[in-house]
Amino acid sequence: MKQNPFRQLILGIYGLIILLPLSLVLLTTFKTTPELYSNPIGLPAGWNIENYKQLLVNEPIFGYIKNSVIVTVFSTFFILWFSSMIAYAIIQLPQKLGWIVYGFFVCGMIVPTQVNMIPVFLLMNKLGLVNTLTGVIIVSISFLLPIGVFIITGFMKTLPRELFEAARMDGASEWKIYSKIALRLSIPSMATVGIFSFVIVWNDLLFPLLLLKSKEVKTLPIALLDFQGEFLTNYPMLFSAVVLSSIPLLIAYVFLQKHFISGMTSGALK
Amino acid sequence: MSLKTNTSIQEEEKRTPSFSFPLFSFKSISKSRHLWLFLLPGFVIYTVFFALPTLSALFLSTTDWNGLSSQFSFVGFQNFKEILTNDAIFTQSLTNNLKFTIGVLIFQTLLSLGFALLLYKNSAWNTFYRSLFFVPTIISSVSIAFTWNFMYDPNIGGVNLFLSKIGLEHWTQSWIGNGHIAIYSLAFVQFWAHTGQMLIIFVAGIQAIPSELYEAASIDGATRWQKFKRITWPLLAPATTMVVAYTTIQSFKAFDLIIAMTNGGPSNSTEILSTLLYHEAFINFRFGYASAISVVFMIVIALLTFLQFRVLRLTKM
Repeated sequence: MKQNPFRQLILGIYGLIILLPLSLVLLTTFKTTPELYSNPIGLPAGWNIENYKQLLVNEPIFGYIKNSVIVTVFSTFFILWFSSMIAYAIIQLPQKLGWIVYGFFVCGMIVPTQVNMIPVFLLMNKLGLVNTLTGVIIVSISFLLPIGVFIITGFMKTLPRELFEAARMDGASEWKIYSKIALRLSIPSMATVGIFSFVIVWNDLLFPLLLLKSKEVKTLPIALLDFQGEFLTNYPMLFSAVVLSSIPLLIAYVFLQKHFISGMTSGALK
Repeated sequence: MSLKTNTSIQEEEKRTPSFSFPLFSFKSISKSRHLWLFLLPGFVIYTVFFALPTLSALFLSTTDWNGLSSQFSFVGFQNFKEILTNDAIFTQSLTNNLKFTIGVLIFQTLLSLGFALLLYKNSAWNTFYRSLFFVPTIISSVSIAFTWNFMYDPNIGGVNLFLSKIGLEHWTQSWIGNGHIAIYSLAFVQFWAHTGQMLIIFVAGIQAIPSELYEAASIDGATRWQKFKRITWPLLAPATTMVVAYTTIQSFKAFDLIIAMTNGGPSNSTEILSTLLYHEAFINFRFGYASAISVVFMIVIALLTFLQFRVLRLTKM
């Protein structure tokens, strides 16, 4: 295809609209606050990493990263496991019963998480799960299960039934059929749900904001929110925290780009 | 939904009529006994921490509970009456919600479709652009919020500096400090953050269209516009439905971005339903009242989703 200059221009401009704010953030982290005010959008005078050093010394940033990793990894794992089991049960149950179960889970997709935040907070409070990572993991699983069930069931329904029947004839247990056949063949949809869940839980603000109060258990997004109050006009410091907290997902994105993108795609079209 | 599997179950049931119940056969009951175990963990978590809380929001909405005291009384539909007739901030929040959502919906859908039409072929450059546009999707809304708070800064923000540089000084202003435009400034950020994601959905939709259709149309001498109108647009309907529904719900629920950028201010000009109900519950401690708002919020979202699927199904015909 011939390169149309108009097309290149549009794409280039939008590319800059995406890239410039992000690069400004990165450049700002190498500036001092007075330097930022005298030179807000230029290159920094030198590549000094004083802001990062101070941040690492003064703030338990690795603790926040650790909390975010724990919450995200456990939530994603259980979302994948539970929703694939539910999906398997739905396609194996008698038709009408399967539909009822499917409907019960999938109707949760319409309910905004904010609707539940008050009752969930009260429930967690009663169970003593406020200020624990477990609490956030449980809520994250519960609000992402509907979409997980929706996507994985949609995919499993397209698998040939004969495969399951044949395995059953050979005397395989339901668990074997699920884990050796259904799960393996559903890897594309599992990848979709895994990436979806990972990104959403990693970035989630609402439930950590409600449930995590003390510094030891905070995840990155709420820690960042605290920094904003703490560093008020100290953009260089705030952005150093932003850069550090974004790096893990960005690195994952660079290496797993195709999975991220194709994952979101098939998930959206199913 | 795959019809094939459904009919095969029916056939199976027809073949074993001697043991069959109206709903399902003996064989499937004993089979389903094991299957309940597969449902159990997800079912418990989902029911206890999602389904029941949703129902108890309905219950709380009829009380005047402040979240702290052990006593509260039932006030019936009092909260709803106050919300709908005597709460200027609620009305303002709903209006803000609509401004925000409609703004995002129009720009995000049109631009992501436009970009998808430019980028649907899998060349190296196109893949690069798609990956680049997608980047904000994986950055947390809080980080994006801070990035744009900085960009919108009246003195050192990139937006104003850029406008002054190209001779549009009179356009410079406090983008999120000015209550008249703040909600649109936030809508732009939402659009910036999610267009790349919607673009990918459209690209997949376009790639799924069989190329023979375009070849046949070319042979018949169809113009590019005709091809778009007669082939791409109708066959893209599932992707469009997805993008529109996803964008609407995503932007209607935008919470993180607003909490981190303006927290609803200045003077409620960027308060939307999700942030309003958070503030009513956890700042003003009106749990009952906030629950009533959440119920209204849920109804509005359900209506919007329903309407969209109706409208999009009609245009598809």
